[in-house]
Amino acid sequence: MIIGLTHYLVVAAILFTIGVFGIFVNRKNVIIILMCVELILLAVNINFVAFSTHMEAVGTNEPLAGQIFALFVLTVAAAEAAVGLAILVVYFRNRGNIAVEDIDMMKG
Amino acid sequence: MITAIAFYLLAAVSVASAFMVIASRNPVHSVMFLILTFFSAAGLFILMGAEFLALLLIMVYVGAVAVLFLFVVMMLEVDFVALKQGFLQYIGLGATVAVVLLTELILVGAAYFAGDGNTATPPNPDESNLEAFGHVLYTDYAFFFEASGFILLVAMIGAIVLTLRERDGVRKQDISKQIARTREDAVEMVDLKSGEGIGS
Repeated sequence: MIIGLTHYLVVAAILFTIGVFGIFVNRKNVIIILMCVELILLAVNINFVAFSTHMEAVGTNEPLAGQIFALFVLTVAAAEAAVGLAILVVYFRNRGNIAVEDIDMMKG
Repeated sequence: MITAIAFYLLAAVSVASAFMVIASRNPVHSVMFLILTFFSAAGLFILMGAEFLALLLIMVYVGAVAVLFLFVVMMLEVDFVALKQGFLQYIGLGATVAVVLLTELILVGAAYFAGDGNTATPPNPDESNLEAFGHVLYTDYAFFFEASGFILLVAMIGAIVLTLRERDGVRKQDISKQIARTREDAVEMVDLKSGEGIGS
């Protein structure tokens, strides 16, 4: 049995879907929403790595570029988690709770 | 064959634990399942032949991001049981969106790769994944690499600035106040006759 590109793409698709589903379901908890964003980014990374490792090096194209891009996604995800959690801590200090439904001060 | 078994095991574990991330009632358990998800995803990366990224995923996520999440979850005293109420209220909408999304993704993938059972391109035997990675990262993508370092710096400074808090009643050194102090503020010259004292 050969595990091909499609198998990895299906796993990534399922993880992506779980991430989006989690954002819909956990409408009250910001921390879980942030974790769902991390799951979505992980799915994207699996896609990048799968395409990168299954790509033929033809002509001038560089198959490793996908893995490089996954590295950058990882960097940005880590930065996003740090800043997001810092905002959460400040918000909790000001308001005393982190319920998503109460975050409507700007009435956007 | 062993690859197939490893793939299905890792894929099943990652999907199941990703589901538990969104389904578990306790956010601490969610973070633990997130760690498990990233661990099995790192296993998938190794199966694909991207060892460096797999180890990086474990270092960055299990070592840093998950600990950060755990720290914040435990620091904020929130009634998480109350937060979880209304879970069933959105499950219909969420499930509909999820099923549609997954069907679309799989259909697009299946249509694009129909009948295409290609395997991973064999890695170059002369060069490990890490060496190849470095050759590309520090030449073609050097500026992007530096930009990502800058993003991390900005995120670090931003997190510090956001969470820094000025407290009352803390004795601190105020350098401009120290420098602005003159001799006249600090020292008073008093003429004293001998034997009388300052007579306060």
